[in-house]
Amino acid sequence: MDDLMAARSQMAVSLGFHIIFACVGMVMPFFMAISHFIYLKTGKPIYKGLTKAWSKGVAILFATGAVSGTMLSFELGLLWPTFMQHAGPIFGMPFSLEGTAFFIEAIALGFFLYGWDRLKPWFHWVTGLIVGLSGLASGILVVAANAWMNSPAGFDFIDGEYRNIDPIKAMFNDAWFSQALHMTLAAFVATGFAVSGVHAFMILKGKNITFHATAFRISALCACIAALLQPISGDISAKDVAKRQPAKLAAMEAHFETAANAPFLIGGIPDEETASVRYGIKIPGLLSFLAHGDSDKPVTGLNDIPKENWPPVAITHYAFQLMITLGMLLVALALIYFSALFKWKSWLGSKWLLRLFVIATPMGYIAVEAGWVVTEVGRQPWIIYEVMRTADAVTPMPGIVYSFYLFTAVFLSLSAIVVFLLYRQMKMVGKLYDTTDPEYKSN
Amino acid sequence: MLYVVIIFLWASICLYLLLGGADFGAGIVELIANRKHKLRIRTIMSHAIGPIWEANHMWLIIAIVILFVGFPRIYTTMSVYTHIPLVAMLLGIMARGTAFVFRSYDAVTDEWQRVYTLIYTWSSVITPFFLGVIAAATVARTIDLNANDFIAAYIKSWLSWFGVSIGLFTTCICGYLAATYAIGAVEDENDRTLLIRSAKRLIYLVVGAGALVFLSAASSGIPLIAWIFGDIIGQVAILLATVSLGLTFVAYRKRRAIAARILAGFQVTMILLAATYQHYPELVLFKDGGGLSLIEHAGNSETITALAWALLLGSVFILPFLFHLMRVFSRRSPYP
Ligand code: HDD
Ligand code: HEM
Ligand code: HEM
Repeated sequence: MDDLMAARSQMAVSLGFHIIFACVGMVMPFFMAISHFIYLKTGKPIYKGLTKAWSKGVAILFATGAVSGTMLSFELGLLWPTFMQHAGPIFGMPFSLEGTAFFIEAIALGFFLYGWDRLKPWFHWVTGLIVGLSGLASGILVVAANAWMNSPAGFDFIDGEYRNIDPIKAMFNDAWFSQALHMTLAAFVATGFAVSGVHAFMILKGKNITFHATAFRISALCACIAALLQPISGDISAKDVAKRQPAKLAAMEAHFETAANAPFLIGGIPDEETASVRYGIKIPGLLSFLAHGDSDKPVTGLNDIPKENWPPVAITHYAFQLMITLGMLLVALALIYFSALFKWKSWLGSKWLLRLFVIATPMGYIAVEAGWVVTEVGRQPWIIYEVMRTADAVTPMPGIVYSFYLFTAVFLSLSAIVVFLLYRQMKMVGKLYDTTDPEYKSN
Repeated sequence: MLYVVIIFLWASICLYLLLGGADFGAGIVELIANRKHKLRIRTIMSHAIGPIWEANHMWLIIAIVILFVGFPRIYTTMSVYTHIPLVAMLLGIMARGTAFVFRSYDAVTDEWQRVYTLIYTWSSVITPFFLGVIAAATVARTIDLNANDFIAAYIKSWLSWFGVSIGLFTTCICGYLAATYAIGAVEDENDRTLLIRSAKRLIYLVVGAGALVFLSAASSGIPLIAWIFGDIIGQVAILLATVSLGLTFVAYRKRRAIAARILAGFQVTMILLAATYQHYPELVLFKDGGGLSLIEHAGNSETITALAWALLLGSVFILPFLFHLMRVFSRRSPYP
């Protein structure tokens, strides 16, 4: 593995790790706020127990998110110094605001976690809500920074120099809205299905059923609403990509020949050497329609793009397929759940529905990772689209492979410990949080 | 506006040392405590830092963001030439933060606690050590932009006796801050005596490490004495730090917890001032005599202006909220 490959892999592993905790940080505070709200309104102790149980798990995940994020803010410079030297002043605006958002989040989290019985109840509730809002804000801001890499704005690139810098324009680049919207929904989808899947599993095991059913209702509802909205936002993203990054769109669809009435490809094995796709189903006109809203408009194929500017086609295509498949499966599950809620109420208590949710537990997170692979790998070979190549941005220090191995080992062990801790948390629900359990001891 | 940004940068480094540093210090105090007091120290310390540790570490993020937005040359030069100690420090930050939280939030209390504690306490020592090493590398003139072999470019740039002594000095300061801050967080007279004993022990270590810093500077040709005592600001800062160190002992004896806190914070601020003032506005000094200056190597003025506004606006939101957090949780509360 050469240094460039090692640096890219290390970046991918670190971001792929961080995003899981970032999603939790954006979404769980809202779930807690809902449960906390119901507790304050109705005074039912089970909601207090649930809020506390969630907040204990979230504290563990938050800390992991915070340290991996700290790691990332250094890693940008450690791995991509040339990029940061030029990009820092241009796309730094969202990062500076994000600093504020993180700070507020960390402060509010301190109030929220340690505030039980010390703060006035509604002030306490508001601090929890602030954790969620600032988490959401920081997610949106950092995605705006990433969107700038896809759609550079706010400067003029003249003779290799970056002139007329406007940090505000850079922040509100063409890609920020579609990416931020899609990412925010994705966080709700991923966290929502993961949480409801775990609680569904516990219901199936017959442990603390009332408690887990309460948790399931809150998380499943949010997850299903977000899942239905996700394809709409995905369509906005796709149209956006078609406009600003035709090479990425072509790679997502393994679309080699520019053509009107371009087909949408399902499955298939793309071969970059021969610029062709084996197997796979083609639906005529659909790609043109998805990209431009008109099935007759031509879609640029990779053959019209110089080969040295091609992203890795196969990876981008597979990742895109994976995201869409999972997205559609989750839409189907959401539709089933809403039918159960509004029409066939008897489904609600059935085992098969819960089993479906258990199966869906990791799906949202896998879709998130796949989606980021589409975005980031699809931008290659550019680190700043059509301005700077990734190969020109990497650190001159040799031996990055070892740092890649080291960090991968650290992230793997941290993941293992986090899973282990959450498992122990679940096992203790009866004793610590479920007021209806005979073994419950108030603490 | 550039000066606003520079003041924020200095202030966030200083606050990271005073607050984040004290967090690391909590682990250090626990590590050096006698076996029979370890558990007690742990309870006191965890209680004191629990609610605010995440907020305390935000100052580092703020400092880094200011650097990469406002002074990208400085940020990238440091990232390249002190890559290795930065990675060590980051691993320390990750290990410490997670081990601390895992230890407090693990639903079951068993053998694992020993593992968390081991990781937590040792990473609390390692992290400020490397922080000191990196700080030393900025001024030791060890960074060589023309080096072309790995050892000269990426190892000798930070590994020196001076760096090691500054690392030790930083570590001891963190421990001292933590022990002193914690005195005000306890009710019990025995607890207080225990903490004061730790704090005093750490003061001796700070003074010892400080002596080592001067010795190693002299032996590697770093004009530290001239820097620090070269002008009136440095002289006054050091004088004030020394006088207030004496007062700290008085505060300990009279059990004036708040006074001791303020004095300790003041000393560290003065030391940082003396250490940074002399080569201001240069932040990084190179082997060939050149350097990177906060004024000459600042980003373009639009960015600096936007950054300054973001920081000013941010502080309007953050500071009141942060003070409230500290106030609510620094009130003494009875706990087992
Ligand atoms: C729960 C997760 C999830 C689900 C179900 C989907 N996506 Fe997605 N997708 C993401 C999670 C995600 C993501 C991880 O959040 C990305 C990466 C970057 C971004 O902004 O969002 C993303 C990126 C992304 C992009 C690239 C945007 C860019 O490069 O700027 C497109 C075109 C789509 N998605 C389209 C879709 C479509 C048509 C879906 C239909 C079901 C879909 N996504 C479901
Ligand atoms: C799409 C990508 C990202 C999203 C959506 C995201 C979102 C978030 C969120 C919501 C948090 C707070 C939640 C928590 O603490 O668990 C967080 C933490 C953090 N993130 Fe990210 N992030 C992303 C990528 C990055 C990148 C690229 C960096 C660095 C350059 C970064 C730096 C940080 C830092 C420093 C923290 C710690 C702040 C704290 O303690 O609250 N993040 N991120
Ligand atoms: C958290 C969600 C994210 C994930 C999972 C993710 C994933 C990835 C992946 C897979 C790569 C490697 C691509 C390749 O080399 O083929 C990469 C590269 C990179 N990403 Fe992201 N990314 C995320 C968000 C961000 C954000 C928010 C930023 C910056 C603000 C960012 C900055 C970078 C940089 C600088 C590189 C290295 C250069 C490059 O390969 O173009 N990423 N990321």
